[in-house]
Amino acid sequence: MNTVYILWLRQLKRYFRSKSRIIGSLGQPLLFLVALGFGFGPVFQRAGEGNYISFLVPGVISMSIIFTAVFSGIEVIWDRQFGFLKETLVAPISRLNIMIGRTLGGATVAFLQGMIVFILSFLVGFRIKNGIYFIFLALLFMFLIALLFTALGTAIASVLKDMQGFQLIVNFLLMPLFFLSGALFPFEGLPKVFEIIIRFNPLAYGVDGLRGCLSNGFHFGLHIDLLFLSLIAVAFLTIGAYLFSKIEI
Amino acid sequence: MIEVEGLTKKFNGFTAVDNVSFSVQKGEIFAFLGPNGAGKSTTIKCLTTLLKPSSGKIKINSYDLLTEKNEIRKSFGIVFQDPSLDEELTAYENMEFHGVLYNVPKKVRQERIEQLLKFVELWEIKDDFVKNFSGGMRRRLEVARGLIHHPRILFLDEPTLGLDPQTRNHIWNYIKDLNTKENITIFFTTHYMTEAENVAQKIAIIDHGKIIVQGTSVELKQKTNTNSLEDAFLKFTGTAIRKEEASSLDRLRMRHRVRH
Repeated sequence: MNTVYILWLRQLKRYFRSKSRIIGSLGQPLLFLVALGFGFGPVFQRAGEGNYISFLVPGVISMSIIFTAVFSGIEVIWDRQFGFLKETLVAPISRLNIMIGRTLGGATVAFLQGMIVFILSFLVGFRIKNGIYFIFLALLFMFLIALLFTALGTAIASVLKDMQGFQLIVNFLLMPLFFLSGALFPFEGLPKVFEIIIRFNPLAYGVDGLRGCLSNGFHFGLHIDLLFLSLIAVAFLTIGAYLFSKIEI
Repeated sequence: MIEVEGLTKKFNGFTAVDNVSFSVQKGEIFAFLGPNGAGKSTTIKCLTTLLKPSSGKIKINSYDLLTEKNEIRKSFGIVFQDPSLDEELTAYENMEFHGVLYNVPKKVRQERIEQLLKFVELWEIKDDFVKNFSGGMRRRLEVARGLIHHPRILFLDEPTLGLDPQTRNHIWNYIKDLNTKENITIFFTTHYMTEAENVAQKIAIIDHGKIIVQGTSVELKQKTNTNSLEDAFLKFTGTAIRKEEASSLDRLRMRHRVRH
């Protein structure tokens, strides 16, 4: 338990100490909020879909979470490169403990990053429509998304040897996951193929859950979102733990 | 303290360590020498549970490597060939992290960290970030860190690489002292033959994955009829410079060094 805590604490210390990273990773979500939010707002309104900002904010919160989460997971590569990973791997603790500590730490960091975007979104006019119960549920969704994608990052980092594949991950994994999650547009009335793809995207359930809790109502339904997201998170944690246990230095 | 019998490690058909056997007595200082790419680091990685041997029997502190990994991990401390500190943490936090991982109780941990940091003369700057430390300071911190859990064996993989004579001298004095006072077994590799000559009670030379010769420094010199261990080493291993391919990791590290 202590070892999980110290690994978690390390991730948090690293996060709070790199102010440039915190501010830097706010740029993209804020740009999306302002440019898309105000840019598409009038069209969205005219199409009879209501306020675009309140539709968009859950998507952008999810975006900032998945980016931070995957990068936190990928820090394993960094640690391998700077040698610190060896220090943890020769210690008399199980690989599973190391993986859990790191992943919880990374997920907490991603969750906090999502919280910052959440709070900032009030500045561009976002308002919560539901009660306190749904706000807690929303926080749960945020943490589940964070956990799922940190585990995914850890899994990827356990297989990759260096940061060369980094751009590949951003452009061929993170961007598609984000754009095909319904974060920017409604699920209703999409072409069939599109809809199927979205149904296979774990982030879609996160975005839908968050949106349902905070503003526009559920598309898949609260229980389905929660169930799918939890199941996929457990699956990714298992895969991540397995791949992490196979790391050889 | 360390018993290795027929250790072999293969990577995709390439045999890095080939049927190596040796033993190190309790309280002994043992030097493991060899040219680049001879299999030194791979052997250390196998001994310290980082790599799984392809075959062979290894016992450390009378525990079996395959079945009692955790007991073995508690038994040794290690200073790796390349840096292994978290640069974003302070010296004290790096020590603390290690202490918690090795389950050293809080009070004991605090005492030992203070004692060790004072000993390697880093106590004054314990709250500075490691990224601001020089190579020598980092090395000293790594040695101190490896000792928090009072290991019975200390593995040192080229501990003095790239350090000035003053720092090397300082580190070796400390290690020798530790060896006499606490009777800790020392297993180290180095490219500085004078270090091995001065410090090691027993030496093994490895090349192309195989141990060529073992003995004291006097014995090795007698066998080759030379005056220094360096000459003896060259007679055993030849003068050809070894090819060693840089792994992708090495290349990245190199780039990082150039940038900073």
